[in-house]
Amino acid sequence: MGEPHITVTELTMAYGDMVIQRDMNFTVNRGDIFIVMGGSGCGKSTLLRHMIGLKQPAKGSIFYKNLSFWDASPKQRRKLMMKMGVSYQSGALFSSMTLAENIALPLSAFTALTRKEIREIVSLKLALVGLAGFEGYYPAEISGGMQKRAGLARAMALDPDILFFDEPSAGLDPISSRLLDDLILNLRDNLGATIVVVTHELSSIFAIGSNSVFLDGESKSIIAQGNPKRLLAECEIAKVHQFLTRGNLRKNSMSAHGDKV
Amino acid sequence: MSVDNNAPCLSSRELPDRRLEIVLSGDWTAEVARPSVDEILAPLANSQAEICFDTSQLGQWDSLLLTLLKAIDAHCKQTGIRVNRAGLPVGVRGMLQLTDAVPEQEGVRRTPPHSGLLEKTGLIGIAVWEEAIAMLTFIGEAAIGFVRFLLGRAHYRRVDLVLLIQECGANALPIVSLISFLVGMILAFVGSVQLAKYGAQTYISDLVGLGMAREMGALMTAIIMTGRTGAAFAAQLGSMQVNDEIDALKTMGFSEMEFLVVPRMLALILMMPLLCVYSDLMGMAGGGLVGLTMYDISILEYTQHILARLRFQDLAVGVGKSVVFGVLVAISGCMRGMQCGRSSQAVGMAATSAVVTGIVMIVCADAVMTLIVIGMKW
Repeated sequence: MGEPHITVTELTMAYGDMVIQRDMNFTVNRGDIFIVMGGSGCGKSTLLRHMIGLKQPAKGSIFYKNLSFWDASPKQRRKLMMKMGVSYQSGALFSSMTLAENIALPLSAFTALTRKEIREIVSLKLALVGLAGFEGYYPAEISGGMQKRAGLARAMALDPDILFFDEPSAGLDPISSRLLDDLILNLRDNLGATIVVVTHELSSIFAIGSNSVFLDGESKSIIAQGNPKRLLAECEIAKVHQFLTRGNLRKNSMSAHGDKV
Repeated sequence: MSVDNNAPCLSSRELPDRRLEIVLSGDWTAEVARPSVDEILAPLANSQAEICFDTSQLGQWDSLLLTLLKAIDAHCKQTGIRVNRAGLPVGVRGMLQLTDAVPEQEGVRRTPPHSGLLEKTGLIGIAVWEEAIAMLTFIGEAAIGFVRFLLGRAHYRRVDLVLLIQECGANALPIVSLISFLVGMILAFVGSVQLAKYGAQTYISDLVGLGMAREMGALMTAIIMTGRTGAAFAAQLGSMQVNDEIDALKTMGFSEMEFLVVPRMLALILMMPLLCVYSDLMGMAGGGLVGLTMYDISILEYTQHILARLRFQDLAVGVGKSVVFGVLVAISGCMRGMQCGRSSQAVGMAATSAVVTGIVMIVCADAVMTLIVIGMKW
């Protein structure tokens, strides 16, 4: 545990000519819960899309252990992607399939498991996210929070090494959001998985984060890295501190601006 | 922790106090063959009081091991054997605890519905009835919206209406041209083979002219527009439903009928007659080409024949039908879109259903109108 799992070097992200972030460097260690934070529109989700292989970097590389994702052969890349689980902001469940079919899809496509084994794994994963018994439901028939958890169950279907979460607590009530945080911690502790979370939910950031990067939209670069709690205590950069304290400036709590939430 | 290249292995040994120890060793992962659940459960048949685990030799494990342990759990629960998880690795214990954290709620699990023929028939009957009510309600609401529009009280964006008119009119011209031209040719070709037997091939112009003007122009345009525009309306309104856009409109105080449905209906009502006349002309041109190339009927002769034979009523009948078809295409497309559920699958179903409903309504309406027109001797 603790060796580098994902290494991002000199990564520049751009849509066409519009640069989102440039020259990003950071390392995610195995077993980390790595938080990607920053204000709206700074490129958090774009960074996630780069890491999970949906978007090619304009420059720079992303290494998984020692393998550069974008320089790997398509076959290696597919293999890497199978070891990643992604939980999307809105669940991204296939609406034409039941929850069981959603989770069974990667299992039946990429493993040699028998139907019975797949059924058992599906039930296990649903039980893990607190949805025991919901196998036969369609995504449209359950609530948003349940869809999100079902999406997580699908992300975990293939026992991934790395789990990515895009805004896990968006749209969840505080208790569900807390339960999800506990679940993420549990998954890390019990499976030894590496977890990357894109979020701006402060309570989650402090509750689960063991390392983080802070993206800044104005300078288009990473302006702070490290354990979020340490950043709160030690970081001298006003922007970061403001973000982590919901807009309070360090020595002057009067000038709270509403634009950083 | 990992013991490489280690086949999963299972054994059990009896301990004092009627305890059974299950020894798991090797790598328990999906890639290697594992002992089956039954093999594991076999030694449990004896009457033990407690089972415990020795996993000191266990290498890698994944979800499959968890499912096996869950199966053991379930079996032991039934037979009243205690399961002592102390010997399991910490991670396994943690995951099992998680799965137990939220027990299955009673009545949540679904069994596949089993219904007899009678029940199914009844359900279909109810569905048809509800569908008919929904359609009447929609038509009624659309009519109210339309009246409000005519009174100048409807809230809508004029630019939307203009774009819709462009979309339903000018943008449809290429496909209408192609289809109508070919239909005209087909009419002429099929008809002329028969007419030529009696040496009456000069009447191709009558056949094509009347056929296109009274029937085929309107019908072909309507079918093209159902597939092209009706489906697009259903898909667009359906996606708006999925994205809560329609709810947003309602809460802002707009009537979705006035804002979305009436402009679409209006665009089709305005454009369908024009497309129909255009389609008539294209069809006649197609027929003329067949006459010219196969039977040496000059363009002048062909045109004169058509002008002499075609009455104003003939064109009016076709144009009148096309207005009705326009309403039907708009209603089927918009209704299915507004009824759309909140998933991507529902959007697909809405588009399909819009086309099916549209074509059925068009053909039925056409049959009725044709009978009326013949009955009135127009």
